[in-house]
Amino acid sequence: MIPITLTVNGEKVTRHVEPRRHLIDFLRLDLGLTGSHAGCEHGVCGACTLRVNGKIMRGCLILAASLDGAEVVTIEGLSESGEVADLQAAFVARNAAQCGFCTPGMVMTAAELLTEGGCPTRGDIREYLSGNYCRCTGYQAIVDAVEDTLRARGATP
Amino acid sequence: MKWPAMGYARARSLAELWSALETHGDAAQIIAGGQTLLATLAFRLSEPGTLIDITGIAALRGFSSNGQVLRLGALTLHADLCSDPLVKAHAPLLAAAAPLIAHPAIRNRGTLGGSLAYADPAAELPACMVALDATIIAASAKGERRIPAAAFFTDLLQTALAPREIIAAVEIPLTGRLAAIEEITRRSGDYAMAGLAATLTLDAGRILAPRLVYFGVGKIPVCAAAAAKALEGRSLDRAGISAAQQALADDLDPPHDLHGPPEMKRHLARVLTERVLLGFLNPKVQAA
Repeated sequence: MIPITLTVNGEKVTRHVEPRRHLIDFLRLDLGLTGSHAGCEHGVCGACTLRVNGKIMRGCLILAASLDGAEVVTIEGLSESGEVADLQAAFVARNAAQCGFCTPGMVMTAAELLTEGGCPTRGDIREYLSGNYCRCTGYQAIVDAVEDTLRARGATP
Repeated sequence: MKWPAMGYARARSLAELWSALETHGDAAQIIAGGQTLLATLAFRLSEPGTLIDITGIAALRGFSSNGQVLRLGALTLHADLCSDPLVKAHAPLLAAAAPLIAHPAIRNRGTLGGSLAYADPAAELPACMVALDATIIAASAKGERRIPAAAFFTDLLQTALAPREIIAAVEIPLTGRLAAIEEITRRSGDYAMAGLAATLTLDAGRILAPRLVYFGVGKIPVCAAAAAKALEGRSLDRAGISAAQQALADDLDPPHDLHGPPEMKRHLARVLTERVLLGFLNPKVQAA
């Protein structure tokens, strides 16, 4: 077992983890934070996307053991911070969540796009979200929601 | 599926790394960003005894230019290649290639050294290193050695690295040559069905010392000698492009893979040749 101390959603957490524990199982099973979803578990679907040290990453492709000293923000922390309240409202308004399994990862990824500045086009939005799979919506409503949020925040193409 | 049971150790310095590699012997597997390695664990394509985490080794980080070469530490992230001004200024080919690698969340953790050491024949960065005539700086307990990129990729997923040797950095010569990369994928972020990284000098419209390096069409990045010979000294025009496309038949021997038969790969390679070379006629092209 490997000892780690890290910050999760602003709270300091100390645990012993097995090397084979990935970050998503650590969050879901050890900490009870079930907002990050374990989908494909090999880095393809994006349902486990979260922030590590301020940047989005695949939770299923990170050893929990490697995160000593890291700062992790999950969808729970991001929601509570209010940073993406407008994006989440746009997801509701545009019906961009159907079954909802991909939604936390979509919001985490779109949140990073929103912080990057510039004036992304719909094509840029699709490209940025291309690592996040949705099997329900056909993506149109998700792109609509992200685009609405970008425009409301003042980015014009 | 879940990863197999395994050990884990952090190396915080090169000295600690050599010591850990000695201790764990053949069971040791170095992990950097892990964006390929950890996926292969999920498929049981590899079952290492102990992962040695090198991401805390400061000596493998950072990038710098001395006017002659751009030195990029092995732990340089794909995301750094996408956005760093020094990379954009001195190695625009890498700045153009990095956004083609996977997706933002993976580029934020995947490393240059990891991509080169894994040596996937369909990956962008190995081909770029060959096209740029880069030097791989390998390090081991015995010290450093320099390996030309063209000699580094030896076979499918195989490199010239010796056991217990790692990539410490790469050096890109600052030549000011033109460079471009194009690839064809089924979905954005996938490994390429076929791709081309090319560098050349244009002297009063004549092509000098072209290097056309195709990826996804063989066991390693393929430097197309016949196509380069067909272009050497010619003016960059339709006839020259056509000559290079024809000469490619002697350069490429693509395998049948899940994307399709060899002839499809040859076709894609010809298409890429035209796209890349026509791109050099565009005045917006940046210098390498």
